[in-house]
Amino acid sequence: MGARGLEKPSPEPCNDRIYVDCRVPRALNPSPFFVADSSKKKRSPYTKDRGTLGAFEGETITRRRLITGGALAAGGVATAAVGLPALGFALGPVFEKTEHQGWQDVGPEADFNPSTYVPKVITIDPNIGEAGKTTIYVRRATDKDRSPSDKGKAPLPYVAISTRCAHLGCPVRYVQAAERFICPCHGGVYDSQGKVVGGPPVRPLDRFYTRVVAGRVQVGQRFSVNSKLERFSPRDPSNHLDGLWQYLYPSRPTT
Amino acid sequence: MKLPTPPVPKGLRRKPAAPGTRPPSNGAHSNGATVQDPKETKKITKQRQREALKQQAAEVPIAMVGWLDERTGGGPFLRAFLFRKVPKGTNWYYTLGSATLFAFVNQAVTGVFLAMYYNPSTTQAYGSVHHMINDVFLGEFVRGMHKWGSTVMVVLVFLHMGRTFFFGAYKYPRELNWIIGVVLLILTMAMSFTGYLLPFDQRSFWATVVGVNINASGPILGPYLADFLRGGAEFGSTTLSRFYAIHMLLIPGLIIALIGAHLFLVSKLGTTAPPWLKAEKARDLAQEEI
Repeated sequence: MGARGLEKPSPEPCNDRIYVDCRVPRALNPSPFFVADSSKKKRSPYTKDRGTLGAFEGETITRRRLITGGALAAGGVATAAVGLPALGFALGPVFEKTEHQGWQDVGPEADFNPSTYVPKVITIDPNIGEAGKTTIYVRRATDKDRSPSDKGKAPLPYVAISTRCAHLGCPVRYVQAAERFICPCHGGVYDSQGKVVGGPPVRPLDRFYTRVVAGRVQVGQRFSVNSKLERFSPRDPSNHLDGLWQYLYPSRPTT
Repeated sequence: MKLPTPPVPKGLRRKPAAPGTRPPSNGAHSNGATVQDPKETKKITKQRQREALKQQAAEVPIAMVGWLDERTGGGPFLRAFLFRKVPKGTNWYYTLGSATLFAFVNQAVTGVFLAMYYNPSTTQAYGSVHHMINDVFLGEFVRGMHKWGSTVMVVLVFLHMGRTFFFGAYKYPRELNWIIGVVLLILTMAMSFTGYLLPFDQRSFWATVVGVNINASGPILGPYLADFLRGGAEFGSTTLSRFYAIHMLLIPGLIIALIGAHLFLVSKLGTTAPPWLKAEKARDLAQEEI
């Protein structure tokens, strides 16, 4: 202890300004930090008993606390009333199901053959002009094109392959000489069935349901296939479909 | 510690009237002689009026600054901010932050003017950019400033970040400023990504398709994030307007707010000396070592 302490005896230590009001005598300060046996006593529900400054008889919460809390609650409600609808408005499309465009005619059966692909243009989004159209490659199906998903039923009469690369969605083109689908962006290569033979794609090219009505070929909804050409609901590019991966990506029900 | 406030710049100080220039109120010459000639009197009066007017005009900017200063108290703040002490060894690398700010202001100003001609609809966007570049007076220049300025800004952000890193300026007590800077870097990247789509040509369209699908590649949440960006499961007209709104309203607002916080912390904490400068030892300690 220094000399200063001897000259001037310090008042009772009262540093705890958070829990105790140092300006009032200790008798009015029943803080657990200062009164040894207060932990056994039950804290009074009344502010007056607790020695709160400016307390009123029969009051369990100070007016300052009540009004502060009330103002904060009102502000929170007002903010939520404006903020939540705005947020929902921005996030809405995430939970919206897009209706696909229905069956689209791509030409008479005579246009197609089993050995080469014929490019056709279909519409994905009718509202955005050229940007809403996409090319698909169509050929007549053969016995080799049977899918494990057919389960004895008749297979799809035509193979309609989406040009959306399964890597990141660039447009692939079919090169007849090599019998390969080739993507210009990152070098994805697919064989004539759309299975990956090189580059970064994670699954074969997507396909469309096909049917023949009155001698004309129609294509319907898009579906994704895994490496065994089993059919799955449509997925985004870059989403794996083999093994456990099929459960880790939600389906995107679009064209 | 409170530093003394630097002096008011010379041009803003009130000057005392030069001896002999004050016009005497009794109509006499400054030398005291009374003038009789009416022509001479008229000439002198005119001269005095002109001088008084000149003096009044000179007072106007001072009065305006004074009026503002009295109401905002901005004078001492501005002087303390602009004439603040900087550490020894402060060099040109310390200007990279200001350069980035300048690049951002350039983007903001040119962006506002580009928005006057741009039309964020899938059928009109490409045409409106084409029109802006080829037909509008100086359109190619302003659009070029915005296009190349974005690259300049990204480069400057990285140089500024490198300076901060290699000079150790991210250390205590400036960690929060580093964190804000990292958020600003991410927002700048988001600006680049959303701005790239807006010309709506083949390159920007497919680049955005690829960028959105990269977001979709994350398991479980990825496809939903991609849906949020596209405004639906398919790239459509909502996508372009959504990117436009994010590019010109959402992110710029965030960037301006965070730049404000960034600058506040810079002025509050000051800058660091370059790492090759050692702190000067106290004189008595240095003498002791000798």
